[in-house]
Amino acid sequence: MLDTARIRADFPILHQVVNGRPLVYLDNAATSQKPRAVIETLVDYYSRYNANVHRGVHTLGDRATEAYEGARAKVARFINAPGPETIIFVRNTTEGLNLVAYTWGRAHLRPGDEIVTTIMEHHSNLVPWQILAREKEAVLRFVGLTPTGELDMEDFARQLTPRTRIVAVTMASNVLGTITPVAEIVRQAHAVGAITVIDAAQAAPHLPIDVQALDCDFLAFSGHKMLGPTGIGVLYGRREHLERMPPFLGGGSMIRDVQLTTATWNDPPWKFEAGTPNIADAIGLGAAVDYLSALGMENVRAHEVALTAYALAALSQVEDLVIYGPPDPQRRTGVISFNLADIHAHDVGTILDQEGIAIRAGHHCCKPLMRHLGVAATARASFYIYNTREEVDRLVAALIRAKELFGSVVGR
Amino acid sequence: MSLVDELYKEVILDHYRHPRNRGTLADATLVVQGSNPLCGDEIELGLRLAGDRIEAVAFTGRGCSISQASASMMTEVIKGRTLAEAAAILETFKGVMLRNEPAERLEDLGDLEALQGVKRFPVRIKCAILAWNTLQEALTLVRERLDQG
Repeated sequence: MLDTARIRADFPILHQVVNGRPLVYLDNAATSQKPRAVIETLVDYYSRYNANVHRGVHTLGDRATEAYEGARAKVARFINAPGPETIIFVRNTTEGLNLVAYTWGRAHLRPGDEIVTTIMEHHSNLVPWQILAREKEAVLRFVGLTPTGELDMEDFARQLTPRTRIVAVTMASNVLGTITPVAEIVRQAHAVGAITVIDAAQAAPHLPIDVQALDCDFLAFSGHKMLGPTGIGVLYGRREHLERMPPFLGGGSMIRDVQLTTATWNDPPWKFEAGTPNIADAIGLGAAVDYLSALGMENVRAHEVALTAYALAALSQVEDLVIYGPPDPQRRTGVISFNLADIHAHDVGTILDQEGIAIRAGHHCCKPLMRHLGVAATARASFYIYNTREEVDRLVAALIRAKELFGSVVGR
Repeated sequence: MSLVDELYKEVILDHYRHPRNRGTLADATLVVQGSNPLCGDEIELGLRLAGDRIEAVAFTGRGCSISQASASMMTEVIKGRTLAEAAAILETFKGVMLRNEPAERLEDLGDLEALQGVKRFPVRIKCAILAWNTLQEALTLVRERLDQG
């Protein structure tokens, strides 16, 4: 288990009073807080060796390049990728998923081909495929959910056909917390000749990931949800795909040679990193990966399973509180979406904020899933390595007070 | 009074629990939809006009207490008014909420005064404004129709 008290000491932002109460930060699925080690890495880079990468003939340029490529190697080890050349730095998960749609997708899809995804995807793993499908006259197919909010694997088998070219699935839902059986999804997708694109935005910060064991073709995640800075994300791609795919953006760094009317491409991963990259934040992500690796992702997961089990039990004691997603903490992450009686999620969010408790309220960029659940919005508490049972207790107490304030609302 | 009590005044919760003019008009002159894409709150506003007077008004929608209470209060205050009067009230309300004009201007506008506490919660101002933006669109449509004769 994690030593939460010691971990909390590493996060300066947690030690403050918000609206008169000590901050309880439960919006980690939106973005995580940053440990001092990450913040200091950024300051150190800008203070001591800020320079452009892959260009300089000077010492600072060498040091920046070494740190930037070192961060890539750390990320590769973190997800057990076969090598750093399979790790592309992007802005965030959204850009990683778009990169696959705009390069592999555009190069390979033919009219009538099929893209299989699910009804619980974040808009970032849905809208790029809608755009691609419209352009290529391809067909989108959707896998449904079981009554407890897990992926319906029988339905998944039904949606796969010989025309399926792409299977794009989340590894962990940002609303329901549902963990999907990625290895099995990949096995079945490959059996019909499809590639797999995994949205790991809510998985990489919380679960051990081994892309070689999963055997997936692409996997994307964001740095800022896993203790790293904003503006840096990762796309893992299988080497043979990256070699054959056309580039994404054109510009500096991504070329081997340029004539006036033609150009040839650099090797992966640089082929996909046009222009000066986000050097500082990539190095910062490397520091975040170091921090998580030192804790051990198995321990991170164990902490979150225990806290989620505690929270699910405590929240179920609140009258008229509806929790969405799998009831078994082993089958979900520490993301808990709920609605309290007939009180709108935004009202719940404002009332909790006045007690120093930060949660998310809204549709969570999952409007199709909201329609499936029959709600306009949900409130969402999401945990990370620094959250405690005492914070869950404060959440529960504040929810009970919110209910008292609103009383019973009729006619909603 | 705590900040939360200032936001969730009893009169606001009363409009939320018992919305006035909630429903649809069978013989509406026009129906306009409004939404806040970021939070998903929705309003559908129907007006029945007699000449330039708002003879009947009704709304449906879903969203937070502030957005729905504001819609309910708005329907009460514009019912029976002329289009020009409704436009003036709209300007007054948006002036107070968005341009920091004095809250006293809401004093003669029924329960709307209660919404001034929302100003203390900047992210929630858009909730209070939703119904009014929808009304603004309705008034613009009416004007266009009149201009086209």
